[in-house]
Amino acid sequence: MTTRVRLLILTVVVLLTVGGTVGYLWKQHRDDEEAKKHVAPITEISMQALEKAPRIVFRNMNPATSYGAVGAVAVADPAGPRAILKTQCDRVYATAQRLLCLSSDRGLTTTYDAEVLDIHGLSSQLQLPLAGIPSRARLSRDGAMVATTSFAQGDSYAATSFSTRTVITQIKGTNYGSLEDFRLIHQGNVITPVDRNYWGVTFASDNKTFYVTAEWAQHTWLARGDLATRTITTLHEDAECPSLSPDGKHIVFKQRGDLPTGKWRLVSYDIASAKVTPLAETHSVDDQVEWLDNNTVIYGLSRTGAGAAVSDVWQVPANGTGEPKVLIPQAFSPAVVR
Amino acid sequence: MYISVRDRPARDGDGRSARQRVAGTVVLLGIVSLLTDISSESVNAILPIYITSVLGMSALSYGFVDGIYQGVSALVRIAGGWWADRSDRPKPVAVLGYGLSMLSRIALLPAHGLASITSVITVDRLGKGLRTAPRDALISSASAPESLGRAFGTHRAMDTFGALVGPLMAFWILILLPANYHAIFVTSFGFAVLGVAVLLLFVPDLRPRRSLAPAESAVTTSLANTVDTSVVESSPSRPTLRLLLDPKLGRLCMAAGILGLVTIGDGFLYLQLSERDSLATKFFPLLYVGTNFAYLALAIPLGHLSDKIGRKRVFLGGNVALLAAYGAAGGPIDGAAMTVVCLLLLGTYYAATDGVLAAIAGQSVPLEVRASGIATAQTVVALARFGSSLCFGLLWTTLGRTEALTITSVAFVVVFPVSFWLLRSASAAQPASITSDKEESGR
Repeated sequence: MTTRVRLLILTVVVLLTVGGTVGYLWKQHRDDEEAKKHVAPITEISMQALEKAPRIVFRNMNPATSYGAVGAVAVADPAGPRAILKTQCDRVYATAQRLLCLSSDRGLTTTYDAEVLDIHGLSSQLQLPLAGIPSRARLSRDGAMVATTSFAQGDSYAATSFSTRTVITQIKGTNYGSLEDFRLIHQGNVITPVDRNYWGVTFASDNKTFYVTAEWAQHTWLARGDLATRTITTLHEDAECPSLSPDGKHIVFKQRGDLPTGKWRLVSYDIASAKVTPLAETHSVDDQVEWLDNNTVIYGLSRTGAGAAVSDVWQVPANGTGEPKVLIPQAFSPAVVR
Repeated sequence: MYISVRDRPARDGDGRSARQRVAGTVVLLGIVSLLTDISSESVNAILPIYITSVLGMSALSYGFVDGIYQGVSALVRIAGGWWADRSDRPKPVAVLGYGLSMLSRIALLPAHGLASITSVITVDRLGKGLRTAPRDALISSASAPESLGRAFGTHRAMDTFGALVGPLMAFWILILLPANYHAIFVTSFGFAVLGVAVLLLFVPDLRPRRSLAPAESAVTTSLANTVDTSVVESSPSRPTLRLLLDPKLGRLCMAAGILGLVTIGDGFLYLQLSERDSLATKFFPLLYVGTNFAYLALAIPLGHLSDKIGRKRVFLGGNVALLAAYGAAGGPIDGAAMTVVCLLLLGTYYAATDGVLAAIAGQSVPLEVRASGIATAQTVVALARFGSSLCFGLLWTTLGRTEALTITSVAFVVVFPVSFWLLRSASAAQPASITSDKEESGR
């Protein structure tokens, strides 16, 4: 082959590759724009209008309007008009006093933030460092305590794996730091497995007790933590992302059972009797559920297929009866404010 | 034609003049690496977010086979080198390696489960393992021995430039198409195709062994990619394990290996920096970029320096810079300035050791086993670093980070003289090691 032929072939390859790639990107962009036109627009109301009654704060997933911004609806009318804030979050949680927002800033490289804001998302009350990709966010009922979980990369022995970093902070007071520094008590003994991970904190109303997932050697446990003694005690095997009911009697968590990796079933755990009841939701849920009231839990579920970038918030009774149904369309990361 | 004339300055009549240019083949391989790195780093930049968004909490199971992967990757790398030597055709082996990585980009599109994503990423890494040694052997074969450091420096600089552009491109695509990771995979595939096209069409199919044949015409014909069987008879012996067991390579591997055992992975150093400097926490991922900038800026000058004052000196000097980086990260002074100094030192370490090690390794073994020699040295270093990260991780969790850093620094100070002595004795065994290739070619 002469150089001319080679150059000619290269030119053809470059034209085809660049043309094909740019064409693909352009078509994706056009499809996005087209899809937005067919999305029913949301009816917006102000946050002030929702403040008087119980409401659900969430991450808005409507592709046409403020995708990724914090939204809110009245519990009485979950599919109705929603308030949309300017604050953009990957994960959001809220109480009557404040918002907790985990976000990522894309740039030359991506950086991550956890921020506590007032309920209108206007003034920042606390900035917390976030080690990696946002995963779980929780405030205590009175909003005094903050817990964040993020995925950290590169702090395990091998650089290509993930670990979680869970941090608890009192908004005005103590920073309890990473749970990895707490004492882990398993079957009566203090253990220090080097591969331990914690994620998904849920606070009890005394602001001292919390529940969390503990994992080591590929096994997960529901564990109870105590901020005063800085201890974490395992309670029940095969449990992730616990969420404590408002009356403090039940915990709903996701369980793997004999499902393949990456699939979970929601179950309810009775704290007094340690009895486990599967909920009626048969989809695999990878979320930390939120309690709508003492009888119902809500959680985000991704749509499948073309709408995979959109999630809906679903509800299911917490006692194993009934069946799941959509509560808030195009929403994710719900928090109930009573 | 441009390749046959400028490719082999050492074999030209006046190729030994003071002014050595970087060979056209090296620049072409640099372009291939640049395109491939744009491709791979654009995906790597978003891979953690993609994996966690697709796999959710099961992302925690991702990567648990890392130890196995390291072992397999080491085998593949040596196999790639050996295959390149046995066939005396490094190029097709490199093409296979680049091709596998290229295909892995498009295979990411349908991969949605833990197993499929893990296998696709593994294929990509295996491709990377396969191509490295043959590519470095091509750089060695195309360059005059006395300017080998600069040739590798040029290649690594272009490679690193691609590694800086890739994440930017991913960022730009995500602005245009929010959360559309598939668009990044498709674009990444496009760049990989361009890289493979340049490699296939323009990088000459050098035959390092056959070109040792006395006939000058053999060089030209092999470059023109035509088969001339008459020359095969006069080729040097086929590569054997005995050739690879050259004591010079053994000493180099030992010297680089024991230094690898006290090398702390970047990730740990960045964590240490971010524990002390709040700015470093916020811009944690930027620390990698900072190191890469320093590497990019210093790769050519330090490669050139290694040609002038000796590669082993620059290699050892780079390791001293690494020890200084430990001091910057763990010493008494902290703050943003110390973070910058640490990144500069890390970049210096990479610029002074990565390409330079390949250059030394390629010159430490007979030409017949050059790719295997380079692969062996790189694999020893990779495995030593993996072992080191296991030990360091254990020290970090059991004793604490400052203690782990101190212990490793002390170990470094202990093994450094041993490494120094090993490299010195390797030179003493045959002082002309740097120019041995030239002598061989002149016989």
